[in-house]
Amino acid sequence: MEGIDIDLLFKIAGIGIFISVLNIVLKQAEKEEQAQMLTLVGVVIVLLMVLQLINELFESIRTIFNLF
Amino acid sequence: MVGLGLVATLLILVLNETRPELAFQGAIAAGILLILLVISYLAEVVQTVTEVALEAGLNIVYLQTLLRIIAIAYLAEFGSQVCRDAGQGSIASKIELAAKVIILVMAVPIILEVMQTILSLIPAN
Repeated sequence: MEGIDIDLLFKIAGIGIFISVLNIVLKQAEKEEQAQMLTLVGVVIVLLMVLQLINELFESIRTIFNLF
Repeated sequence: MVGLGLVATLLILVLNETRPELAFQGAIAAGILLILLVISYLAEVVQTVTEVALEAGLNIVYLQTLLRIIAIAYLAEFGSQVCRDAGQGSIASKIELAAKVIILVMAVPIILEVMQTILSLIPAN
């Protein structure tokens, strides 16, 4: 099963670096609230991706072990 | 797989400086990816064990209970380690406790079966 995408890790890291840079820019422009919002949005986006992954894990465990 | 772990560790180290929360989510994603990579082999093992058990004429209910217990143990281990990574050691130990309780509940029918077998072996006076 090599179809699992390792890209997801790079995506998460990329989003993290991107948001860090944007955060610095917004802080320099003295827009603290928007920087905060940006951080929140980034966390939510990554959380959605991780949630899909967790769902996949649970589904595969459920099918393998005949749970429920 | 080792490469995946190393790459994930490096990326998380980069993220850890500025965005600790995203780094943590990256750690969860890396862990799940690693498990998903090896879970197909686990599926083969489970398949083989099931076939052997069917051939030996074992009651399928016992095997299913056993597999469920193994799955619960794996999941609880994973969840508690994620919690421990996030610094929530108390929640991690509660997850382990909950898993133990659930495993105990699932093992009750088998224990009952053993008790009945032992009781039937003892001659009634």
